Amino acid sequence: MIRTRGLTKRYGRIVAVDSVDLDVAEGDRFGFLGPNGSGKTTLVRMLLGLVHATAGSIEVLGEPMPKAAAKVLPQVGALVEGPAAYPHLSGRRNLALFDAAGPGVRRGRADRVDDALEQVGLSGVDGRPVSAYSLGMRQRLGLAGALLRAPRLLILDEPTNGLDPKGIREIRDLLTAVNARGTTVFLSSHLLSEVELLCTRVGIVDRGRLVVQDDLESLRALTGRVLVRTPDAAEVVAVLDGRVVERDGDALVVRHADVAGLNALLVGKGVRVEAIEAERRTLEQVVLESTGDSGDRVDGGRR
Amino acid sequence: MIGVELRKLALRPRVWLSIALLCLLPALVAVLLAVSDLAPPPGQGGAFLSAVLDNGALYPAAALAMVLPVFLPLAVAVFAGDAIAGETATGTLRYLLVRPVARVRVLVAKLVSLAVFTVLAVVLVVVSSLVVGLVLFGTGAEAVGQAGAVTSLSGITLEPAELALRLLAAIGYIVVSMVGFGSIALFFSTLSDSAIGAALAALAVLIASSIMEALQAAATIKPYLPTNYWLSWIDFFRDPVFWTNINRGLVLQACYIALFFGAAWANFASKDITS
Repeated sequence: MIRTRGLTKRYGRIVAVDSVDLDVAEGDRFGFLGPNGSGKTTLVRMLLGLVHATAGSIEVLGEPMPKAAAKVLPQVGALVEGPAAYPHLSGRRNLALFDAAGPGVRRGRADRVDDALEQVGLSGVDGRPVSAYSLGMRQRLGLAGALLRAPRLLILDEPTNGLDPKGIREIRDLLTAVNARGTTVFLSSHLLSEVELLCTRVGIVDRGRLVVQDDLESLRALTGRVLVRTPDAAEVVAVLDGRVVERDGDALVVRHADVAGLNALLVGKGVRVEAIEAERRTLEQVVLESTGDSGDRVDGGRR
Repeated sequence: MIGVELRKLALRPRVWLSIALLCLLPALVAVLLAVSDLAPPPGQGGAFLSAVLDNGALYPAAALAMVLPVFLPLAVAVFAGDAIAGETATGTLRYLLVRPVARVRVLVAKLVSLAVFTVLAVVLVVVSSLVVGLVLFGTGAEAVGQAGAVTSLSGITLEPAELALRLLAAIGYIVVSMVGFGSIALFFSTLSDSAIGAALAALAVLIASSIMEALQAAATIKPYLPTNYWLSWIDFFRDPVFWTNINRGLVLQACYIALFFGAAWANFASKDITS
């Protein structure tokens, strides 16, 4: 669906995107993670032909971009760096104008607009101008614009900005449903939880470089350690002798490959086990291990 | 895309407000003239103003002479300056481009909507001032002895049909002049992210051009200044019509449109859209 090779964008001496090889397959829910200022938005803009690459190639839906933009973009829905609308017009009118501006048939426009508004939970919206909308409503309207033409590929940059927790949940469910109907979702975000809860594949970008690109499952691999919670913590330490890595009150971290076996062993020794679970790497750990300092941190060199 | 631009034009309160203000100035002047009955003597004051007290049908020409040098270009500069920079500022430009709309089509649609805006503004000024003129000054039947007839600038009487035709030609000429100026503002609009900045830059060009027009030392470049032939539409009201400056003005404006639309396109086609 998306394939870039050696994609690079330089602004003067600053390298915003540095030879990125991105692969997003059809049907993926791809999470593009990175700190602020790491080049996510620049890459998204290059995928859509808004910004021209300094070097490298881009293929979207199997066609070269931006050369085949007229063929590719009608099948792509996008939300780039926040929604935008004509503030003095209503949401419905904005969507109708947006629909009319590009290629495609006119027939069914009102239905398409209603359908898109319904999907994002704005079906009851009245003739109020967009300038009177809340941030969350604008975000929903932007999503409706992306969904308007039933795209094969959704490219969404920070789609849940300005939404409350309930709204975020709704959008996540919506994107999962859209994905289940066959739309590939490419979601760029700096929010770990958003990506962790929605995506099947993850790319992590740091200072313009794609440092990780893998399935979420394999990133969240088992660590070979087991988390145990028990009121008899002291006995566990005695029984396992040296395999306890950490102890914090009732909670223990044990080096052990087999959860069920460990459980049987402990219970056999009369230890009361409250909870036992294999430890997995969190996405946060993966991100912290693979990236450098926070992108918006500016340290001065002390003399 | 052109249809979308025209709908945006029609749905924009600011457009109608600026046109209403353009119509208001001549109406105000007409009321003052009618109340005081003090027209400037022939040869002084605004063009046609001395004659309108005798015949309201000539008032549209006087109204055009009032709004043309400053207010109409001001409205055009604001409108054209907003064309691309305004879409950049609201962020709607990036969504138009990924919809997708080809960049050249965006520009062409903006130019067409600029022309439509100018036609709207000029026609509404003419219609409103015609109504105001006829109501306040009458049809001038008593002056020339023939209902609706008007004396041309050359002293020959014009029939109403002839007058209407010349007025239409003058409207066309003014629209071309304004689109020529507007294309300069459109070019600035592709350079800047600020609609106000683009409009002010275009107005700076207008003012600079007006200053040089009056400057003896600039006589050699005078024929190429954008504002030089703006007032030549008055020549449509001479008898016979004095075509020389009208033709030069049309050619000059065509050059300005080609030059600045080309520059706008060259800049916009390859620009990174980072807003």
